[in-house]
Order: sequence, then structure tokens, then C-alpha cells
Amino acid sequence: MAYTQILIAGFGGQGVLFAGKVLAYKGLEEDKQISWLPSYGPEMRGGTANCSVIISDTPVGSPIVSEPDILIAMNLPSLDKYENSVVSGGKVFIDSFLIDRKITRTDIEAHYVPATKIAREMGLPTLANMVLLGKVIDKTGAVSKEGLKEALAKTVSAKHPELLEANLKAIQAGMEYEE
Amino acid sequence: MAKVLMKGNEAIAEAAIRAGCRHYFGYPITPQTEVAAYMAKRMPKIGGTFLQAESEISAINMVYGVSSAGLRVMTSSSSPGVSLKQEGISYLAGSDLPALIVNVQRGGPGLGGIQPSQSDYFQATKGGGHGDYHLTVLAPASVQEMADLTVKAFDLADKYRMPAMLLADGTMGQMMEPVELPEDCVHTVEKPWALTGTQGKREHNIINSLYLVPEQLEQKNLERYEKYKTVEQNEVICEEYMLDDADVCVVAFGIAARVSKNAITAARAKGIKAGLIRPVTLWPFPSEIIKKTADKVNGFISVELSMGQMIEDVKLAEECKKPVTLCSRVGGMIPTPEQVLKAIEDMEGGKI
Repeated sequence: MAYTQILIAGFGGQGVLFAGKVLAYKGLEEDKQISWLPSYGPEMRGGTANCSVIISDTPVGSPIVSEPDILIAMNLPSLDKYENSVVSGGKVFIDSFLIDRKITRTDIEAHYVPATKIAREMGLPTLANMVLLGKVIDKTGAVSKEGLKEALAKTVSAKHPELLEANLKAIQAGMEYEE
Repeated sequence: MAKVLMKGNEAIAEAAIRAGCRHYFGYPITPQTEVAAYMAKRMPKIGGTFLQAESEISAINMVYGVSSAGLRVMTSSSSPGVSLKQEGISYLAGSDLPALIVNVQRGGPGLGGIQPSQSDYFQATKGGGHGDYHLTVLAPASVQEMADLTVKAFDLADKYRMPAMLLADGTMGQMMEPVELPEDCVHTVEKPWALTGTQGKREHNIINSLYLVPEQLEQKNLERYEKYKTVEQNEVICEEYMLDDADVCVVAFGIAARVSKNAITAARAKGIKAGLIRPVTLWPFPSEIIKKTADKVNGFISVELSMGQMIEDVKLAEECKKPVTLCSRVGGMIPTPEQVLKAIEDMEGGKI
């Protein structure tokens, strides 16, 4: 029975909570048990933000992820803070354009994606979160690749349908990026 | 009906609307502001009233007014704001008025912090304001229960003519989970006592909490406590989890119960028979089941986000039959499953 605990961390404004929502909605579409818990400190753009997502076949206990199976680190302070909390055998996804160090542990799997650079080159500078998420979906199977558009449609504001395609493109770019 | 993903705070607001509440008065405070924000968006569209009062004190007194007119009404806040409302809550209780007060708790005392807490347990369950009174107090442990217990709270308030409190915490308010929103939950109760205008056809009704003749005030209190006895007999709700063969019994509500379930699963994997009693109603408190459980287990652990408040009710309920320990974090911190597991192992190993 799958019980996947995901921690997404970065600066406020990088779309940490949004990336978590996409995973949560995708999980819901797949009839999984879900919890999504944001940090809600006095954070704002530029401060730190993180988000716990649990996707499970069984009821979710505590919604707080303290030992993630999957860590998505979008800035250096987040990697410094959470690298040691990842469970042995877990996976770390790193925006290697913003984080210029490798992981120090040898018992976890790291994926380095220059997500911010890729997003900028695509003309979608705010969607580095989706690029990284694409790699996560590709490498973990936490959620299925099928039906991403439907899940995104529930997350993206109905007022901005053009963002749906942009988000999908960014996810696709992340999936196809060769490390 | 399909499940939707919602924040706990939003689920409260939507469930309240579905339960027929058309009047909301509040004042913003983290971590419950989404309740007010949701109401601000929705109420004008359905002919309801959303009003951001100039203070929490005004908001609770507006609740008093609408309730006097016999309509479903609510307010919501977080710990410091709920302290401000206590005078009004006492007046509601003293006037036998139904209403819903939501407290999405944060760390205290004073202005405290904005992270989750359960340290308003005493305030919620023992009165809070002045005078002898109780609220029915419901403690949700999931976004689904944020919705379901909101409906339940309105029903209990109307049924017994007493204010009800939904006692949540910052985690429950901020987290999203799939929720199936309640339908057909406007349970109308006749309110012949309400101030609806006599139209010259009946004696006028009086809503009041002032009784200057002590014999009359005593009588009012006695009658109210007869009613509370009925509530205690009929309205206790609690969840039992892996309790049947348990040697160690954890008692926890809300987010603490969620963490405890992880710890119990871990304890069972190590061969320790742990179980959980999760009070869903904090008042009336599930004393009877705790008393019965005391004959079967080695001891109790009260897991709380407070310095130990519910533990007093656990001790009263089990009548000193078995040891009761406290496992807690405060100030906005949350116990980890590992911390609860350690407390379970200590009790199992007799290290208490």
C-alpha cells in the first residue's frame, strides 16, 4: 500500500503551495487519500514557504510531513534544512540553477534540474515549480502522468485558461529534461 | 456526490451556509480568516449577511441579536479573538440562545503566536465567560469533520437552545483534504420563543439574562443544568480506535489524535497494544467510556497541544484507577508521532 509523503520547500512566490495543490488534485482525481498542509507563518514573497502533501491508499494520519519520501528543494536554505530529514531510499529534486551544491547523503537519490533556467528560456519564468514537478512525476510515480490536464484545470484559475497550457508545457519540459 | 478539495476553514463556511446559516459576523485573525473570506464572497450572492464588525465584541453581540430573532447565526475567530467574545458568549448562554462560535486555535496566552494549539480547552469546556454555563464543544479531526460537525453544532444549538462551539486548531483550518459536502442539512426547529413580532396575536417574548430576584436566577440556573444533564446523557460522541485489546490507551482530539494514530500504528508494529479514545464532543466529555476502559488498560496518555488541560477530565473520568501521563508540545509546536510512540513505550515498559 502506497503512503507517499512529499515536502516542497522554497521561497515564498516560487509556487511551492501551488505545486503541492497540483499534486493534491491529481491524487484526488486518482481516488487517493490526500492531505495538503501549507506552512502559514508570517511568510510573504521572498520569505520561506513549505508545503506537506500526503498521497495514500489508506487514510492519512498526521498531515505533517517530517520525514519525506520525496523532497522538492527550490532554494538552498530548504535543501540545507531538510536534506537530513528525507527517509533512507527517498528522492530529492533540486533546482540546480538556484542551488549550487550537491547532496551530501549517499543513501538517497538526487535529481538535479535547472528548473528556473528552463522556465526562463521557455518564456515562463514563474513556472520553475512546474518544471521541477514534471521531473518528480516522471521519476517517482507519486501520481500518474495520465489526466494531468484535468487536475491542472482544477488548480489553475478559471479566469486565466491560457495558464493551463503554460503549466502543462512546463511540466512536460521537466519530464523530458535529461540530467 | 463527488469529493472536493477544500481548506478546513472553507469547509466550515460552506457547511454553515448549507445548514441554513445566512448571518455571519466576524473580525479577521490568523489562522481562521478564510472562514470570513469565504462568507464575504458567498453571502451576498445568496441573500445572506456578511458583516465585518469593528471588533470581536461587536460581532458576538450581533450574533446575540440575530439569534434572538430565531435565525441560524455564527461567528468565528482564533484564540485571542475568542477571549474577547467571552462576555457575549456568557450572555448567549444566560439568555438560552442558540448560535455557533468557531475557534480555530493558535498558541497563547496573550497575543501568543499564529501556529496551531489546543490550549483553549479549559476556556471552551469549562465556561469561559462568567457564571455557571456550558457550551456544547465539538472537536473536528479532519476537513470532513470541519463540515459535518458544523452542521451538527447548529442542530445541537437549536435543539437545546444553547450556544455551540467548534473547537478546531490552525492545522485543521489551513489543511486541505477531500471533503464530501453535506446536503439537505437545514433542520428547521420551531422557535416559539423568538422575537419575530407579535402581530398583536400573542404575548410578547423577552430575551434576557438579567434576573435581579435571586430565587428566580437560582431557578433559571437549576433548569439550565437539568438541560445540561440531558445533553450529557444523549449527545456524547467519541471515536474508538484499536481499543478492544489495548494495554495502553491514548486520549487525544483534533490534530493530536491524527498524530497519535500514526504512533499507535508504529506501536502495534512493535508488538505494543496501543489504542485511542478520540473525544469528538469535548463537552459533553466521553467520561463513561474512559471509566470503562480504565478496567482494561495499564494506563492512559493524554496527548495535547497544551500544558495539560484535557488530562484533568481524563483523570476525573477514570477515577484514579490507572496512571495518566501527559504528552504535549505547546506554543504552536505539534508532538511528533515518535514523541507519542516514546510515551506509549514508556507506559508499556512501566517507566512512569
